[in-house]
Amino acid sequence: MPEQFFFAMEVILNGFMAGVLYALVALGFVLIYKASGIFNYAQGVMALFAAASLVGIMDGQVPFSHLINAIFGTSVHHFGWHVPAILAILLTMGIMVLLAWAVNRFVFKHLVNQEPIILFMATIGLAYFLEGASDLMWGAEIKKLDVGLPQGLNETIDNVTFNLFGYGFFIDNLDIVATFVAVALVVILTVYSQYSKQGRALRAVADDHQAALSVGISLNFIWVLVWSIAGFVALVAGIMWGAKSGVQFSLSLMALKALPVLMLGGFTSIPGAIVGGLIIGMGEKLFEFTLGGMMGGATENWFAYVLALVFLVFRPQGLFGEKIIERV
Amino acid sequence: MKLKLITAVTAAMMAAAPAMAELTFSALSYRTGPYAANGIPFADGYQDYFTLLNERDGGIGGEPINLVECETAYNTEKGVECYEATKGQGVLVYQPLSTGITYQLIPKATADGIPMHTMGYGRTSAKNGSVFSNIFNYPANYWDGASIAITHLLDINEGDLNGKKVALVYHNSAYGKEPIRTLEELAEKHGFELTLLAVDHPGQEQKSQWLQIRRERPDYVLMWGWGVMNSVAIQEAANIRYPMENFIGIWWSGSENDVLPAGDGANGYKALTFHNLGTDFPLYADIEQYVKGPGKAAGAGDQIGTVLYNRGLYAAMLAAEAAKTAQEIHGVSEITPAMMRDGMEALEITEEKMAALGLPNFGPAFSVSCENHGGDGFGAVKQWDATAGQWTMITDFFQSDQDVLNPLIEEDSAAYAAENNIEPRC
Repeated sequence: MPEQFFFAMEVILNGFMAGVLYALVALGFVLIYKASGIFNYAQGVMALFAAASLVGIMDGQVPFSHLINAIFGTSVHHFGWHVPAILAILLTMGIMVLLAWAVNRFVFKHLVNQEPIILFMATIGLAYFLEGASDLMWGAEIKKLDVGLPQGLNETIDNVTFNLFGYGFFIDNLDIVATFVAVALVVILTVYSQYSKQGRALRAVADDHQAALSVGISLNFIWVLVWSIAGFVALVAGIMWGAKSGVQFSLSLMALKALPVLMLGGFTSIPGAIVGGLIIGMGEKLFEFTLGGMMGGATENWFAYVLALVFLVFRPQGLFGEKIIERV
Repeated sequence: MKLKLITAVTAAMMAAAPAMAELTFSALSYRTGPYAANGIPFADGYQDYFTLLNERDGGIGGEPINLVECETAYNTEKGVECYEATKGQGVLVYQPLSTGITYQLIPKATADGIPMHTMGYGRTSAKNGSVFSNIFNYPANYWDGASIAITHLLDINEGDLNGKKVALVYHNSAYGKEPIRTLEELAEKHGFELTLLAVDHPGQEQKSQWLQIRRERPDYVLMWGWGVMNSVAIQEAANIRYPMENFIGIWWSGSENDVLPAGDGANGYKALTFHNLGTDFPLYADIEQYVKGPGKAAGAGDQIGTVLYNRGLYAAMLAAEAAKTAQEIHGVSEITPAMMRDGMEALEITEEKMAALGLPNFGPAFSVSCENHGGDGFGAVKQWDATAGQWTMITDFFQSDQDVLNPLIEEDSAAYAAENNIEPRC
């Protein structure tokens, strides 16, 4: 077969892998939207905040050191220890749970029953707050994130495909890890929401929070729980993206990549986030490969939104979203 | 009683103000936002140099320096707001630190009679001082960068690039597209094949571009990137095992921030520069003694000697030297923006002058004139050593191909002059 065909296959495979990474960010949006109807604009910044906290903890960085030094004239930067990755991930998870509690205690508890647009605006404020908090706590410099994930060319796939087709396929080891992690996350989250007591409560709140309250489900607990889970997903996305590019501000912009995924997969479906991610990832790469050159290149972002727009026209609730019919 | 006292003190200070003349410089910096990691070291270097002059020399020519910092977050609208908000304070020269802000300010600064220095960025054809009276882009511009990269490739290929393949990975913006015209001219002149690969903003996802590079195996890859695009590109190049010594970035793709995330994979990556590296210069001992030691360093004081800190310091040094030149020309220490412009136009940076400042061979020697606001287009190549965790200069400063660049600058600036009814003045 011609080399061009295998190159197209390679592009499609890598598109799927990129789509998995988009889906990781989209998952966080879905979780919060499902449980509370809030479109969490801050999800991307949460990934940045989580990843920066992880690196800070691993490196033994003193949080708010610049502020402390400016106020007290000291020169403290590091505790002088290095925290193993696993322990640092657990501690970061603790921070994300604290953040979830604080977000609900100080923001959303006061906004129950408000219009969705008010809740959305609150998450925009939260995004800006977290951006600043992240810089203030851990500094704005670009940080290397190394939790031991493999990166670079997978030699086995390269050798096997070369022996089979005479064309070695490039697949990044990090993308393979991300795929396994994403599949595991979807399975765990689906099983959790279907079969656990808290999962059922979560779905009840999502359906009708007043009815859920009337049967004794604590709205506060469920919201803290779901924001904590979204924080965990943000941490996973932050680790994957941070390993690729270093932990830096642009991690927060990944939310823009998650939007077309959500429009396509549906805002309320966990598997939809994955399928949407795969379609967007594969579609944008294939378009860039086939037609991008004719349009001056760099068409990926443009194509992702155009594709999502087309889906919106024909299926507004997305591929897996719930069709909402309001009777008069 | 207290109110009366405060009013009296304020009135006394206001009355005394004219006697306390000072030279006001502006720092349109970005310590927040998506590019804060790059904006902080530059702003620190810029500020520390002026702090040093104040603490060690009492300012410039006996006049204390007042540095007005305004946060742009690398946002064009905010940058223009900063300009409008501070220009009334008698700012002698603006350094917008953004090509977008530069383009917006060129007509404004020209109309206001305030000079602007865009060192290694901005509008390349502003080198033609005959058309751009108030804009200066010495010591080098983007087109110099493109030519310097190709001259380096010629040097390592015994002067022959015929039949070689060169790819340009560029940020899909006006900045990223700047070198294309020059590279196309150089490709025609030297017979190499040029491939253009645009990367979408912000550049976090570049798989398509690097799969193409893996497949087509260009002999060399040049990069015009910024922010996250740089670190991702270097990581992707390492992933596909592209030989890093054949990968060259412009000076905005060559800071520690760009290479550190890729770890050992970035070893051997090259980038251009128009100033020297590290702290092995006598002036840095003064920075330690007068600025960092007494706790007067900008920011956290932890950026000294990084690539972008040195660039900020270099920009401040060139501004201070232009102010000195203006004081000499006009015979007064209290200079105005118009006098500063004259100083910039007569600026001459020699080896002797840099050595006397404690910065021997820190940058190329160059001179500015009415016709030439861009210096002589000298730059150098540096290489990243991942083991040592530092950049090393691998060439001396050398000149770009003026035969190719000068006609391009002439053509572009003539078009600008025609559009804006500007009569060339020299």
